[in-house]
Amino acid sequence: MSKQTTSEDLVPMLGLQKVGDRRNFLKFSGAAIASTGILLSGCQEVFEELPNARKTGKGQEVRAVPLGKGDIGILNYAYALEQLEAAFYLMVVANMYAGISPSEKVMMEDIKNHEVAHRDFLKAALGKNAIIDLSFDFSSVNFNERSSVLATAKTFEDLGVAAYNGAGQLLESADYLLIAGKIVSVEARHAAAIRSILDADPRSFAGADVIDANGLDRAFSPTMVLEMAAPFITNKIIANQLPTS
Amino acid sequence: MKIFEVLNKYDIKTEELESFTSRREAFKKLTNFGKSVAFAAIPVGILAASTQKVSAAHIPTVLNVLNFALTLEYLEGEYYTMGINSPNLIPAGKDRAIFETIEKHEVDHVAFLKKAIMSYGGTPVAKPTFDFTVGGAFSPFTNYEQFLILAQAFEDTGVRAYKGQAGNLIAENDALTAALQIHSVEARHASEVRRLRGLKGWITQAERGAGMPEVTQAVYNGEDNLIQGGVNVTTVTPIGSDGITEAFDEPLTRDEVLTIAGLFIVAA
Repeated sequence: MSKQTTSEDLVPMLGLQKVGDRRNFLKFSGAAIASTGILLSGCQEVFEELPNARKTGKGQEVRAVPLGKGDIGILNYAYALEQLEAAFYLMVVANMYAGISPSEKVMMEDIKNHEVAHRDFLKAALGKNAIIDLSFDFSSVNFNERSSVLATAKTFEDLGVAAYNGAGQLLESADYLLIAGKIVSVEARHAAAIRSILDADPRSFAGADVIDANGLDRAFSPTMVLEMAAPFITNKIIANQLPTS
Repeated sequence: MKIFEVLNKYDIKTEELESFTSRREAFKKLTNFGKSVAFAAIPVGILAASTQKVSAAHIPTVLNVLNFALTLEYLEGEYYTMGINSPNLIPAGKDRAIFETIEKHEVDHVAFLKKAIMSYGGTPVAKPTFDFTVGGAFSPFTNYEQFLILAQAFEDTGVRAYKGQAGNLIAENDALTAALQIHSVEARHASEVRRLRGLKGWITQAERGAGMPEVTQAVYNGEDNLIQGGVNVTTVTPIGSDGITEAFDEPLTRDEVLTIAGLFIVAA
């Protein structure tokens, strides 16, 4: 379904039900929307503490995180993935792996910058609808070891590409679709660069493991992507309200 | 420019679309959605089609986009096919493996888009006649450096072209997803070709990069945008403007793309 996003559209998008809520929302954020186009500072309820919160290894309680529904849910899904990538590369650059070359150092710094920019942008765009800061578990990664770091980077970048490719059709707003398009090609540029420095096969940047016989890259549903990302995310991500078509 | 007229000629009328639903099914079969494990969880197929409003009104737009994409893929496909068939042009080993990979994808895209267009009841545009020397200004098939320059320009243009069309496919999920799946392949190619030329895989500001001639600047204009969805990104992140511009690739309009591609088209 194609349409431009307006403040009126945001109301059903945010799942608002009470007329009072709707009036307050429009009054509160109408100006912000008018001036920023898509800024989503709305009045969606702050997520309640949920019973199915997970505990970390240290016994610390970690909240379950519902992504929400509609376009907001998809943007939160993207925001969760960008949080994951940003957290990973922040750890990479804080402790560069042994024997890293100057050019690889620049590449890691650059990618870190891009993922942090994606993360911060999505948080700002989502405003009050943004999910909380997630907690991550990178215990499976040896940050001192080049092959471990780059193999993880490859997984995340390829997954990011497949995630955005699969999520495009779930968006209602052409404005959000364009933004997703602006981000996904950068993830694909990353994926190719990481593969190029990690893998011996010069064809790997767009290898047959990710590109099919029609010359198409992968496209994964949110369910698949979140399953694959789950080992790295401490919070339980609740995606059952996301659109499925 | 003649290429514009030719593309417009192929727009089809809504009333010509009779068995639209069966065409949509044909497209699904074409992309093999549901068959491969990778796509298994994406809810397409008969079930999705039955819940989706069956309306053919947007199909002319979809076909227009697909024929536009086909024109670009013809250009890329022929360029790389000529490149890998030019003796002593592409160094054996790594470079050759890279360009054989890219060539295969572009040729695959041509075949895929032709089938996709027919599955929607359209007619694929004919392949234009290309002149990759632009009247003798370039010699990409005897000079490897120039071959790389045009390859970078074509790939970075391809990324921007598909991005600019995504919104026009929003009502047709399968075509949109397929276009996105081509878009990210073009971005992988772009990154690799840029790195082969000694550049970063991503575009900083609106810089065409070292060694790229002035004539290619149209490919990079506008890449220095800092405002995304109404948000000035510099105000919400500590990342500097170089990093922000690298983090977001920008679209080109159809006309901007056809102006760039038109340089290489002799007859449409």
